[in-house]
This record gives sequence, structure tokens and C-alpha cells, in this order.
Amino acid sequence: MGLDTPLLEVDGVTLQYKTPQHLVTATYRVDFKVWPSDRFVLLGPSGCGKSTLLKAVGGYMAPTEGQIRLRGRLVTDPGPDRMMVFQEFDQLLPWKTVRQNVVFALEASGRLTGREAEERARHYIDKVNLTKFADSYPHMLSGGMKQRVAIARGMAMEPDILLMDEPFAALDALTRRRMQDELLSLWEGTRFTVLFVTHSIPEAIKIGSRILLLSPHPGEVKAELNTATSPSEAMELEGRIQHMLFAEQIEEGENV
Amino acid sequence: MSSVVHRLHSAPLDTTRQNPARPEFIRQDPVGQPTTVVEKPLSFAERLYNQAWLRKLAILAVLAVAWEIYGRYLDNDLLFPTFSATVSAFLKGMADGTLPARIWGSLKVLLMGYAVGVVLATILTGIAIASRIGTDLLETLTSMFNPLPAIALLPLALIWFGLGNGSLVFVLVHSVTWAIALNTHSGFLSVSRTLKMVGRNYGLTGASLIRKILIPAAFPSILTGLKVGWAFAWRTLIAAELVFGVSSGSGGLGWFIYENKNMLDIPNVFAGLLTVILIGLVVENLIFQTIERKTIGEWGMLT
Repeated sequence: MGLDTPLLEVDGVTLQYKTPQHLVTATYRVDFKVWPSDRFVLLGPSGCGKSTLLKAVGGYMAPTEGQIRLRGRLVTDPGPDRMMVFQEFDQLLPWKTVRQNVVFALEASGRLTGREAEERARHYIDKVNLTKFADSYPHMLSGGMKQRVAIARGMAMEPDILLMDEPFAALDALTRRRMQDELLSLWEGTRFTVLFVTHSIPEAIKIGSRILLLSPHPGEVKAELNTATSPSEAMELEGRIQHMLFAEQIEEGENV
Repeated sequence: MSSVVHRLHSAPLDTTRQNPARPEFIRQDPVGQPTTVVEKPLSFAERLYNQAWLRKLAILAVLAVAWEIYGRYLDNDLLFPTFSATVSAFLKGMADGTLPARIWGSLKVLLMGYAVGVVLATILTGIAIASRIGTDLLETLTSMFNPLPAIALLPLALIWFGLGNGSLVFVLVHSVTWAIALNTHSGFLSVSRTLKMVGRNYGLTGASLIRKILIPAAFPSILTGLKVGWAFAWRTLIAAELVFGVSSGSGGLGWFIYENKNMLDIPNVFAGLLTVILIGLVVENLIFQTIERKTIGEWGMLT
């Protein structure tokens, strides 16, 4: 896999789903490419289909139009080469300890078995600083710790790409900031590729190396931006993004 | 609330008034007064009182004493034997082997009916989660048969299966199946979408997804179903034995009670009832509660 080919290609993807009353178009002809070691952020207000888009990349949903390709192969089903980290705290199996949760992921997917799985699990649990809690059940952990387990589990699988669906949205502000820092330092260590969904502009700027801005109803690509490298640039970028989203809202307000 | 609002409104707004100047302070060490207890073990009596089983045992003792006193006061073994007479009848029955034989007679039939019921319920829920029409089938069947007391089927069972264990097993299966199927199915339905997605993320599908994710996730409901099914089965069995234990060969506990009533051996009737209670207690409070504590209790899934 050279650096001259994208890892993930999302090509003119339209996503539709049915509610009991309506056929909803979540995204309309979205294109983007994710390169290895990108921290690619999908940013947009609620209703822009960013989570739906992530689920489609995860293989949980087939596009009605367009293609999603990972390493050139068409994405059709969920699989361990694209590990999801969800927002919900109940994503850990409650009947397994922290260690067993990570080991189970490795064994159930057939990545590793036995001792190797145990060792890999220990390594990544150490990495997210949960060594002391390896034998605790999920219900004994705080929200932030649960999310760290989910991240450890995702990383332990060493997937092609880590898909994170607003993983810190349900955390309190302090924990959230700490988790963002931790995620970045984890990334420094292994430079995994991550596709990160958020509706928070500061989070997108902090986490992302590249930001895809989506407009709502249906989700369409509005801009693709490089992230800031200095605090002043970050302020400026935040302003620009806010302006783009804000302008959208005014337009909508006038239409109503 | 209203008084607060009132006071807020009535207070004259004085913008010139200033709060007194207060110095900032930071405490280096917590003051930690020596008289404050940080942590201290409870007294022995308090700890004893915190044991639920001990409190319940005390209640049982009080009830037994009350029973004994009333029995002695009545002094009529035909109507209401004393606690001691019941216990001695129970011990005698246990010693000479009649009670254990009757218990085994009941449990054998019960386990047979329970096992068949579990298998049937598994098949039914299997069909129900496999397809939408299967779900409809299960829902229709359970809503139809669950309110039907198993005993009501007994006359029919007698015609179909005769005066043997076959009829008993039939009513037991009826009493067990619906409770378990209903609970298991609703357990599967309540498994969170996130967990199912996690399972599929690992590449699990079909049977392995059910076995490794859905069944453990639905285990609290499944266990409830098994518990309810057991309770139904136990009550149904004793009742069914009372109605037609007469001709079913060896007979179980229900028949033991009925038989002794006919012979006006009331202490033995009480001993039979006591046995029914004891078995119910042991299974529900020891076996099922232990399973519950070791599984969903430890997993934090107890509701």
C-alpha cells in the first residue's frame, strides 16, 4: 500500500433509509478520500447524515448510489478491518471483563487466538491506562473509561481504519478534553487511520488532520479543509467553519 | 417558591451597595480533626442485622412459635396440628423413605415437562427471531395460551394421554413453554442495536451472532423466563397431582397430600405441604438466585 493511493474512497455515495412514514435521503452524492494515517473528520450539524455515512463505511448500510471502497475492495458487509467505536456506553459486552472484551473481539473475528490474543489485549489495555481495571466488568467503569476500552478494543484489532461515531459526545467536558488529548497521543504512537464523526467544531479542529464539512438535509459536501497548525490559525478556522454553517442556517431560516 | 420570588421582587435594587471584601484562601492540608471518624467498622449487632437471611430466619422462627402456640391452644390434630407434630411427621416421612420417594416421583415428572418445555420454547423463539411471520406466530400463540391455566387442560389431557405421567407432562409443558418463550423473545428484542452492530463488526453472523452476542445479552430475560416457568410448573404439578394423582401409579407429593387427607392423617398433610414449600424455596432462592448472582449480578445487568 503506497502513500500515493487512498485507503478509503467514498465515491458519489447517496444514502437513503426508510422510516415508517418517509423515505429519507441522508446524504447526496458525497465524495471523499481518506489516506493512510489521516485523522479524517466528518463535521456537520445534526441531520447532515454524517453518522449514516460512517455506518455505510462500516458496512451496515448499502448506498443507493455510488461506491465505497477500502483498499480498492468494495465495502459490502461489516467486518473487522473497519472497527467502530460508538458513542453509546453499552457497546462493551457487559458479561465480559475489560480484558475479555478485547480478547473476545480478537478471537471472534479470527484475528488472533489464545496467548497471542491475551498479549495483544494486555498491550492495548496498558496503552489506554486501564491496566488496573483489566479484570473489572464494564458496569464498574466510568463513561470515559468505557470509551477508552472501546478505543483499546478497536486499536487491538489493528484495523485498516478506525471509525469513531461521536465517541466523546456523551462525556462531561473535562473528561472529553482529556480523551481528545489521549486519542491524539495514541495516534502519535501508531499513526493509525481514523475516520471521526463529530458535530463540535473545536473537537473537529483539535482531532482532525483534515475536515470534511457537510451541509444538512440531505448531507452534501460543503468543503474539505486542512486543519490548523497554530492556535491563532485554529481560531481563524473555527470562525470560517462557523460562518459556513451559520450562513446555511440563515438561508434555511429564510426558506421557512 | 412563591415566597422567594416575592422577596426577590420586593428587595430594592441597590447598585451602590457592595459586598464586603473577602480574602482568598487555599488550604494546604486538610484540617483533619482527630475526633472525626473517617471509617469505622459497624458494631457486631448492626452487622448481624444487615444480613437479610438472618432477619428472614428470625421471622420464620417467630411464625413457627406462633404456629406451635396456636396448635397447642386448639389441641386438635385433625384440624390444625402443631408445628412440632408437623416437623416430626416430616422427619418420620423422610426417614422411612416415603417422602423422598414422593419427592422424586414429582420431580421426575417435573423435570421431564420442564425439559420438553424449554426445548419447545427454544424452537419457537428460534422461529420467531428468524422471520417476521415467526414473530407473529409466537406472539399470537403466547397471547392465546399464556392466560389459559394449565389445569384447565387437564380433562382434555386425560382423554388424549390417559391416566399416566403423559397427561402430567402435557400440562407441565403447556405451563412452561409460553412463559419461557415470551421472556426469551422479549429479551432478544431488547438487545441494544449497538451490541448487535458490535457483534457484526467482529464478522459474526447468523448462528454465531445469536450464540455469542444475543443469548448472553438477553440472558437476564431468559433467566426470568426459566424462573417463571419453574414456578408455574411446580404449582401446576402439585395441583394436577391432587386432581388425578389417584390413578397414576406411584404418585408424587400432591398425591401424598391427597392420600393422607383421605386417611385423616393431617400432620402428614402438613408435612407434605411443608415439603412443597421447602422445595420451592430451595429451587427459587438457592439455585436460581445463585445463578443470578454469579451471572447477571456480576455483570451489572440486574434490573
